[in-house]
Amino acid sequence: MSESLRYIQAVNAALAWALDSRTDTVYFGEDVALPGGPFGATKGLHKRFGSGRIFDTPISETGFLGMALGAAMTGLRPIAEIMYADFSFVAMDQFVNQIPTIHHASNGRWRVPLVIRMQQGYSPGACAQHSHSPEAYFAHTPGLRVALPATPDDAYQMLRTAVVSDDPVVVAEARMLYPTRGPVRTDAPVEPVGGARVVRSGGDVTVVAWSRMVSAALDAAGQLAEEGIEAEVVDLRWLNPLDFDTVAASVARTGRLVVAHEANLTGGFGAEIAARAAAECFADLRAPVARVAAPDVPMPAAPVLQAAVVPEAAHVVAAVRRTVGR
Amino acid sequence: MTRIRRFEERLTALKDAGEIPGSIHLCNGQEAIPVGAARALRDGDWVTATYRGHGWAIARGVDLVGLFAEMMGRDSALCGGRAASPYLSDPGRWFIGENSIVGAGVPVAAGAALTAQRTGSGAVSVVSIGDGAMNQGNVHEALNLAAVLDLPLVLVLENNVYSEMSRIEDMVRIRQLAERAAGYGMPGRVVDGNDCDAVAEAVTEAVDRAREGGGPSIVEAMTERLVGHYSGDVQHYRPAGEVAAAREREPLARIRQHADADLTARLDAIDAEVTAEIEAAVTAARAVPFPDPATVKEHVHV
Ligand SMILES: Cc1ncc(C[n+]2csc(CCOP(=O)(O)OP(=O)(O)O)c2C)c(N)n1
Repeated sequence: MSESLRYIQAVNAALAWALDSRTDTVYFGEDVALPGGPFGATKGLHKRFGSGRIFDTPISETGFLGMALGAAMTGLRPIAEIMYADFSFVAMDQFVNQIPTIHHASNGRWRVPLVIRMQQGYSPGACAQHSHSPEAYFAHTPGLRVALPATPDDAYQMLRTAVVSDDPVVVAEARMLYPTRGPVRTDAPVEPVGGARVVRSGGDVTVVAWSRMVSAALDAAGQLAEEGIEAEVVDLRWLNPLDFDTVAASVARTGRLVVAHEANLTGGFGAEIAARAAAECFADLRAPVARVAAPDVPMPAAPVLQAAVVPEAAHVVAAVRRTVGR
Repeated sequence: MTRIRRFEERLTALKDAGEIPGSIHLCNGQEAIPVGAARALRDGDWVTATYRGHGWAIARGVDLVGLFAEMMGRDSALCGGRAASPYLSDPGRWFIGENSIVGAGVPVAAGAALTAQRTGSGAVSVVSIGDGAMNQGNVHEALNLAAVLDLPLVLVLENNVYSEMSRIEDMVRIRQLAERAAGYGMPGRVVDGNDCDAVAEAVTEAVDRAREGGGPSIVEAMTERLVGHYSGDVQHYRPAGEVAAAREREPLARIRQHADADLTARLDAIDAEVTAEIEAAVTAARAVPFPDPATVKEHVHV
């Protein structure tokens, strides 16, 4: 069965599924219970599941994420919400020193079945402190799974996968995608963790993207097709575990690679993909790997300045043209 | 207070007309706090605020044209369109500025207080945060630090009952947040935040103490938000009638309630003058060009 849902409604449906199907799931964060979430992600869930399962926290990210860790270690399956990904930095100790390390440090004796949900990316007029795309920080940290759903269906499927996983998973949604609508397979079996996906085939160049940049890459591929350039678009979906095999297989077909993300260029996850391609796909590559990213500038608020830094389809088109030599 | 109110009303209209991108957080109903506090301050005293900081900026004397232009995403003399409504600052007016991260201004303000103390400038650092911010770890750390170092820091806690959509009474188990002052070893007071004179008196006491080396303190100003948390907030979480009741108690209405004919006439005159001033500022701000995209990489490093 497939329903047409907005991205944000798919998130809501996945959370309802989690609370419904697993009685050990608890959900908490700022404004999530009574108010139904700042973006409506948790609308109706408090009414349905009550304060025992979903509750509001004070504005105390370090405190409630640490609490989520302790609860996950001792028998609950918490889902904690960070309202904007930018606020995860307030609690970076939890993300780096605490949550991802305990399973390893205990030689596997502790498990941390914990999901941290957040949304990220720019939005028109939002200032630097509400525009970060921090996925590379999380992917850099061993022990954290990192999921970036790019479609309503993946918002549903990947969040459910995260909930079922016994590892800590950061699910970073794209705020700009919340209103987008698409088919959601609400009765699909829960997928295993990981897996990139070829979302458009083409023989001339591989474009690897994730989150909001997947739709930009698809737009770009549509424009390029009119010029006779066939771009294959790979939605990476998970940064950890990284499905590089799918990327490598695509590059073997196309011989060219463009990586596109919204985060800043330097040290962005695109650098990881480019480095792996250089190491593992050298023989297949007919052109240098190109990266599309925001320049290394804090996000400015003025729309004309944002337009100068936020990567869009046009940037992907330009990078592809360079890569294919046109 | 009138200037702040009319400024934000005009801003709302500009937002509705699509001239302001991004979200804005208004201090409608809370104007008596920055205005009262400003009476305790001199040039050279530092002020740090939150995203709800337009009132503090105006009370500190930040230029209205610059404020409008910044929020319009234009090349303002304040921040060149980079900060917009929730993160603007003005070193020329000792306005360390706003912060979009809840509680993050308090350690920064403590740093300004450290500068004042170590350079012997005699300045005081005032920081405003909301009630919800009192539950941030960095606020606790900064307040304890300020206490230990006897820093000239005054925390003005604007208790407007809500943090976004959640009531503070659901988030803490104490009645007044100023009770926490004792835990840091500093004085804490609660005042009626809708009474400008009461705020001025309490903040002056705190500022004077800080200036004389008496260390930090907390002034908790009780107030109410007349509007949503941000532009576009429909406030579905607020009980019916709450905002209407708050309108009876808000600082501008309160002054008019007790005004005789003479004062009413003076208030009307102030209103007319301020409205003209605001309109002129909007016109001037509209004439400010948009920033040149080619400059976007400037000021990442010195
Ligand atoms: C660290 C952090 N967490 C969460 C947020 C989202 N947020 C913005 S304002 C706000 C409520 C703050 O309430 P309060 O401190 O009472 O100030 P008020 O808005 O009422 O002035 C929240 C939760 C944020 N900006 N920063």
